[in-house]
Amino acid sequence: MEQTLFYILAVVTVIGTIFAITEKHPVHAIVYLVTSFFALAVIFYLLAAPVVAVFEVIIYAGAIMVLFLFVIMMLDLGHPERAWRPHLREWWPALLLGGIILGAIVTLATGARTTSKAIPPVSVREFSRVLFQNYGVAVEVISMQLLFAVVGALYLGKRRKTNPSQPPLVSGGDKPFLPPDKGGPRGVI
Amino acid sequence: MIVPLEHVLILAAILFVLGLVGVLAWRSNIIMMLIGIEVMLNAAMLVFVGGAARWNVDGQIFALMIMAMTSAEVSLALALVVYLQRRKKTVNADAFNEMRG
Repeated sequence: MEQTLFYILAVVTVIGTIFAITEKHPVHAIVYLVTSFFALAVIFYLLAAPVVAVFEVIIYAGAIMVLFLFVIMMLDLGHPERAWRPHLREWWPALLLGGIILGAIVTLATGARTTSKAIPPVSVREFSRVLFQNYGVAVEVISMQLLFAVVGALYLGKRRKTNPSQPPLVSGGDKPFLPPDKGGPRGVI
Repeated sequence: MIVPLEHVLILAAILFVLGLVGVLAWRSNIIMMLIGIEVMLNAAMLVFVGGAARWNVDGQIFALMIMAMTSAEVSLALALVVYLQRRKKTVNADAFNEMRG
């Protein structure tokens, strides 16, 4: 039963991803991608990784995709359904590299099978013991990386006064009556 | 494991190819390129989780680290997209062909 479920979810994942990368509208592409990620989360659960499955739903489908949607709505892309699809001239490197990897897939499919015994699902206790005892330094490095990402995103998102196309009064956003260098949440930081 | 490891690897390779095609073909939209990168990273995570089901738990740890790395990467990349769109009023990657300090 679990094998059948795995193959069904694999088909759902692949079809959702195909729809996501061929869709012209970014919001539709993200909805397809969320469908694909949910199916992939159930695949992770079937592969004895319930913690990774839960984080896939929470972080990927919950946080990252909502961040994409937020940025797409903030950008005001105009009419994406009138955008042009890539030409055939731009498809050939993708098709070349994809064909090479498909050769690897054929090699995998025609090779020998390795079957092993089923392992029990990894509990949160076991997972976190391995994470914090064996890989504690990596957790610290990742926390520093997230801090750097926050600092970089704040720097890039700051509206500069030298940009002539933006009037300086809108830089506060929700507080338009304060001066831009003292108002807004960045003044608190 | 419920399925042979080769089937997991085949699924991951198909997902990786789809993400790669998305990145290389959608040069007219940076957001679609980022979606392709997400698909490729998910394929890498699937390989790690399949390896964890075959051998031991460490693959799941690395899948979690890929997830943390992806969240940092996406936040920076989307901030860059907002910045570039503010400068050039477009998200076409071919429009950003000049550098200024």
